[in-house]
Amino acid sequence: MTVNRRQFLKMAATGVGASLCTTQAQALQRETLKVSPDAVGMLYDSTLCIGCKACMVACKNANGMPVESTDVNPMWDTPLETSGETLNVIKLYKNGTGEHKDQLDDGFAFMKRHCLHCVDPSCVSVCPVSAMTKDAVTGIVEHHKDRCIGCRYCVYSCPFGIPKYEYDKAFGQIQKCQFCAHLQAKGEIPACCDVCPTGATLFGRVDDLKKESERRLQAKPGDRYVFPRGKFGSDRPPHEAAIAQYQEHVYGLKELGGTQIMYMSAIPFDKLGLPVNVPDYSYPSQAEGIQHTLYKWMLAPAILLGGLSYVVHRNTQKKDDEKNASERRES
Amino acid sequence: MSDYFDEVLTDLDEYIDNLGGVSRREFMKFCTGVAATMGLASTAGLKMAEAASNPQRPPVIWLSAQECTGCTESLLRASHPTLDQLILNAISLDYHETLCAGAGHQAEAHRLLSMKQNFGKYVLVVDGSIPTKDGGIYCKVANKTSLQHLTEAAAGAAAIIAIGSCASWGGVPSTGPNPTGAVGVSEIIKDKPIVNIPGCPPNPYNFLSTVLYFLTFGSLPELDSKSRPKFAYNRLIHENCERRPHFDAGRFAIQFGDEGHRQGWCLYKLGCKGPETYANCPAILFGDVGSGSWPVGTGHPCFGCTEQGVGFTKGIHELSDVRTQTPPDQYPGINENIGTGATTAAAAVAAGLGGIALGAGAVIASRLGKEDDKNAAEERKEQESPS
Amino acid sequence: MSAHQPVGGKIITRPFMVLSVLFMIAAAILLARFVLGLGPVTNLNDGYPWGIWIVIDVMIGTAFGCAGYSVALLVYLLNKGEYHPLVRPAMMAGLFGYGLAGMAVMIDLGRYWNFWTLLWPGYMQFNSVMLEVALCVMAYIVVLAIEFSPAFLEKFGLKDIHKKLNKVLFFFIAVGILLPTMHQSSLGTLAVVAGHQISALWQTQLLPPLFLISAVLMGYALVPFESILASMGLKRPMETPLLAKISYVALIVTLIYLAIRVGDLLWRGALGLAFTGSLDALMFWIEMALFIVPVVLLMKPANRIKARTIFISAASLLVAGSLYRLNIYIIGYHPTAGGSWSYFPSVTEMLVTLGIFSLEVILYLIFVKRLPVLHHAPTA
Repeated sequence: MTVNRRQFLKMAATGVGASLCTTQAQALQRETLKVSPDAVGMLYDSTLCIGCKACMVACKNANGMPVESTDVNPMWDTPLETSGETLNVIKLYKNGTGEHKDQLDDGFAFMKRHCLHCVDPSCVSVCPVSAMTKDAVTGIVEHHKDRCIGCRYCVYSCPFGIPKYEYDKAFGQIQKCQFCAHLQAKGEIPACCDVCPTGATLFGRVDDLKKESERRLQAKPGDRYVFPRGKFGSDRPPHEAAIAQYQEHVYGLKELGGTQIMYMSAIPFDKLGLPVNVPDYSYPSQAEGIQHTLYKWMLAPAILLGGLSYVVHRNTQKKDDEKNASERRES
Repeated sequence: MSDYFDEVLTDLDEYIDNLGGVSRREFMKFCTGVAATMGLASTAGLKMAEAASNPQRPPVIWLSAQECTGCTESLLRASHPTLDQLILNAISLDYHETLCAGAGHQAEAHRLLSMKQNFGKYVLVVDGSIPTKDGGIYCKVANKTSLQHLTEAAAGAAAIIAIGSCASWGGVPSTGPNPTGAVGVSEIIKDKPIVNIPGCPPNPYNFLSTVLYFLTFGSLPELDSKSRPKFAYNRLIHENCERRPHFDAGRFAIQFGDEGHRQGWCLYKLGCKGPETYANCPAILFGDVGSGSWPVGTGHPCFGCTEQGVGFTKGIHELSDVRTQTPPDQYPGINENIGTGATTAAAAVAAGLGGIALGAGAVIASRLGKEDDKNAAEERKEQESPS
Repeated sequence: MSAHQPVGGKIITRPFMVLSVLFMIAAAILLARFVLGLGPVTNLNDGYPWGIWIVIDVMIGTAFGCAGYSVALLVYLLNKGEYHPLVRPAMMAGLFGYGLAGMAVMIDLGRYWNFWTLLWPGYMQFNSVMLEVALCVMAYIVVLAIEFSPAFLEKFGLKDIHKKLNKVLFFFIAVGILLPTMHQSSLGTLAVVAGHQISALWQTQLLPPLFLISAVLMGYALVPFESILASMGLKRPMETPLLAKISYVALIVTLIYLAIRVGDLLWRGALGLAFTGSLDALMFWIEMALFIVPVVLLMKPANRIKARTIFISAASLLVAGSLYRLNIYIIGYHPTAGGSWSYFPSVTEMLVTLGIFSLEVILYLIFVKRLPVLHHAPTA
C-alpha cells in the first residue's frame, strides 16, 4: 500500500483529531464496571406479558407492602408508578384504539417497572453512607435503611427513576425492588418471576438470560417457540407460543453500562418509558472519574493545602510585621 | 304390565299437559325472565308475552348443514321457555330436519310452500357449516347441496340466525386442513341481516332470547362487530369468571389435580381461553342446575368454543392472550402525570416575592443613583473651586 | 486596637420584628414537617426529590456564603491587603450562608437521625460526591467559625487566646480556602451523574469548574451587595472605592466564567438547544443575560465608581449564579423515567426558605450591632 504525502497528512490529522475527541470524552472517566459472572437477573418479555398483574400482588405479599390506591374510592391496588408503597408496577402503552397487542399504532403493550439492578449503578455510587450496596456475586442492588440519611441523592441520580422515598411519613425511608434478596437467600426465586403465568418475567443467571434473549431474536417471527417459565433452566413446564416480531435489540445489554434486568419488546423501548439514546458507559464512571482524579489519595488537596498554608502564612506574617511595626511607631 | 303402561301414560299425559297448558301466570313469568336475561326492562316482558301469544305466529325455517345436532339437542334441554313452548306457541317452525313431523318429499314440499307463502317474512335459522369445496357436494339434503339450500332459503328470509360455531364461522368442520372448505353462513350470504350465536353448543337462552327479541320488536338485538348479540357476547368470559380473583392475585392451578386446582384457583396456566373468549357462560351457566355448571366451574379450562381462531384452533394447553382490560384491570400509562405543578397560590407567592425583591432592588438602585449624582456634582464643584 | 467596631444601636427594630414573624411562621411549618413528614409541607416527589430547600437554601446559600472564600482568595492568596476591611463581614456572610445551609440540610434530610453515619468510617462511601460535599461543608462551617472567632474574642477581651489563635490562623485560612474549592466544585460534580436527565444546555463534564468559578464570582458580587445594603440600612458611609475595585475583580471572574461556559456549549454543540423555544431555552437566555448585563455595565471604568452600577451588577450576578443553579437542579432537570413529573415549590416550602433567609438577616443585624464586624467607619 502506498500512501502519498498528502494522504498521509490527512490520515494523521484525522487520527489526531479522533484521539483528541476520545480523550476529551474519556479524559476523567473510569472504566464502567463489568457484570459478575454469577450475577442473577431477569428477562422481561413485553410480548409475553398479559397484564394479569399477578407479579404486582406477589411483590406486595413478598415484601409486606400496603395496598396503594389512587382512586377516589380506594378499592383496588392501583398505583400509578412505583413508590414508597409499590416496588413493581405493570404499565400500559396504548395508542389510538389500543386494539392490537404489541403494535405501535392502534395497539398496546405492557411494561414492568422496577429496579433494573444496573451493572454499574448510580445509586450505589452516589450514596454517601453505603446504604445502597451491590452484591459482588449476585449483583443485586440492595438498600439498607438503617444507615440511610434520606438525602435522596439516589432518587435524584437514578436514570431509571427507581428509588422512592416515603414523603408522607414522619420517619420515611427509601423503597426499591431488592430482587427479593430475602427469598433468594432461602433458595427461592423473586416473587414476580415465581408467579408469572407466561414466563414474561423470567428469572435466571444473566449469562443464561442473554443467550435466551439471543435465541428469541434469532427465531423467526410467527414460529412456535418454547418459553421457559419461572426460573431459566428449572423443570417447570414451559409454554409454547408464537414468537413475536421483536425489536432487534435487548434493552439492558449495553445501556448505561448494562443492567441485570433486560427487556424485550415488539415496540420501541422509548415507548415503554425506557431511556434510549443513552451512552454505553455508566454515569458513575464519569462522576467518579472526575472525583477520583481530583481526590486520589487526597494527594491534590494535600499539596494544595501545603501551598496555600505557605502562601497565607507568608502573607499574613508580612502583614503582622507591618502591623507590629506601625504599632511600635505609634507607641 | 298394564298398570305400568297406565302409569307411564298418565305421567305422559301430565307431561303433555304441562307442555301445552301453561298457565298465563307462568307464561308471563318466563317472558319477564327472558327479558331480564337480555337486560331489558320488565315491561319488555309484557310485550314479549303479547308477541309470543299472537295467533299469527311468525314462520321459521331451520336448515341444517354440516352439523352434529348438538345445537338442537342443547335447545331441547332449555326449560324457560321449553322448546315446545317456543315452537307450538310462539313461532311456526315450518321446517326442521330433526323436529319435523313429516319426512322426505312431504317435508321438503312443506318447506318450499312456506318459503313461497311467507316470502320476505320468515326467519331462517341455520346450524352447521356450509361446505364450499368441489361445489359443496359434501353435504346434501334432498339431492341439493347445503350451499343451494342456503342461497334459496336466504333469498326470502327476513333475517338469518346462524346458530352454533359451525354456522357462525365454520366451527369444527373448518378446523385443520378443512377438507370440505367449510365456512359460516355470513361467508356466503352477504345481503341479509345475520345474527351469529356461536358456541359448541351455544347456550340455548342466547338463541331463545334473540328469537323472542325479534318477535317482539321486529328487529334484531344490538350486534357486535362479529354479528353476535351484544347482550350475550360483549363481555369476556374472563370478566365474569368466578375464578377471576385468583387470576388477579396470581394464584394459578399448574396441573390438573394439583393443590391449586383442588383449591379452585385460576385455570389460566392450564390453557383457559376465558381471557380471549367472548361469551356469557359464567353469567347464565348451563343446564339450569345451579352454580358451577359451566366448564370452568367444573374445573376445566374454557375451550374458547365461541371464538373464531380460538376454539378448535389453538392448542388446548396453549396460553391465551388477554384481550381486554376492564376494571379492576386499570393500568397506569407509561408516563402518568405525577407531582404538583405551580398552584395559583404558590405561583402568586413566588411572583410576589420576586416582585418585592425586584421592587426593593429598584428603589435601592434609584436612591444610589441620586447619591451618585450628588457625589459627581460635589466632585465637579471641588474641581471647579480651586481654579 | 482592632480596626473593627460594633455598629451599636437598638436590636429590636421594625424590620427585625417583621423578620422575626417570618421566621416564626417558618418554624411552625417546620414543626409540621417533623411531625407529618416532608410530603404534606413540600411538593417534593420522586421525580424531583430535591426542591428549593436544597437548591436555594443549600446550593445557592453556600454560593452566597462564598463571600468569605472569595475575599480570602484576594487578601491572603493574592496578597491584596487593601481588601482586608472586607474580610470579616465576608467571613460572617460565609458563616451564615453555610450554617443555615447546614440547617436546611437537616430539615430536608429524610432520615436526619441517621446523620451520624456520615461520620462513621465504616459507612463512608468514598465514591460519593455527596460524602465529599457533606464532610467538606461540615468542616468548613467549623473553619469559618474559627476564622470569625476573633470578633468574639475581641468582644469579650480574650486577648491571650486571640494571640495564640493568630499564630495558627494562617493554617485555618488555608484550609478555609481549600475546602470551598473542593466542595463548591463538587456541588457541580453532584449533577454530572444525573446524565441525560439534565438538559444539554447545562449538563457537562465542566460542571465542577463552572460551579467553582460561578461561586467565586457570586462571592465577589455579594461583598459589594452586602456592603451597600449595610451602608444604606445602617446609615454608614459607602465604601465605594473599595467596592469599585472588587467589582472589577468580579468582572474579570465573570469573563472567565463566560468564556468557559460559552466555549463548552460550542464545543459540545449544544447551543442549538437555546433556540428551541422551550422553557429551558428561555431560562438559559435569562441566565445568560443576567451574566452579561453586569459585564456590559462594568466594562466602562467610569461606571465602576458609581454605587448604582455596582449594586445593579452585583445583584444581577447574584441572581445569575442562583438561576444557573436552579436551572441545573430543577428547571433543566427532566426526570424522564416513570412518569411526567412536575414540581413547583408549595407555599409552605417557600415560606420556610423565606424564614431561613429572615433568620440570616436577623443574625446579621445582631452580629454587626453587637460584635466588631464592620470596619471602622471612616470619619466623615
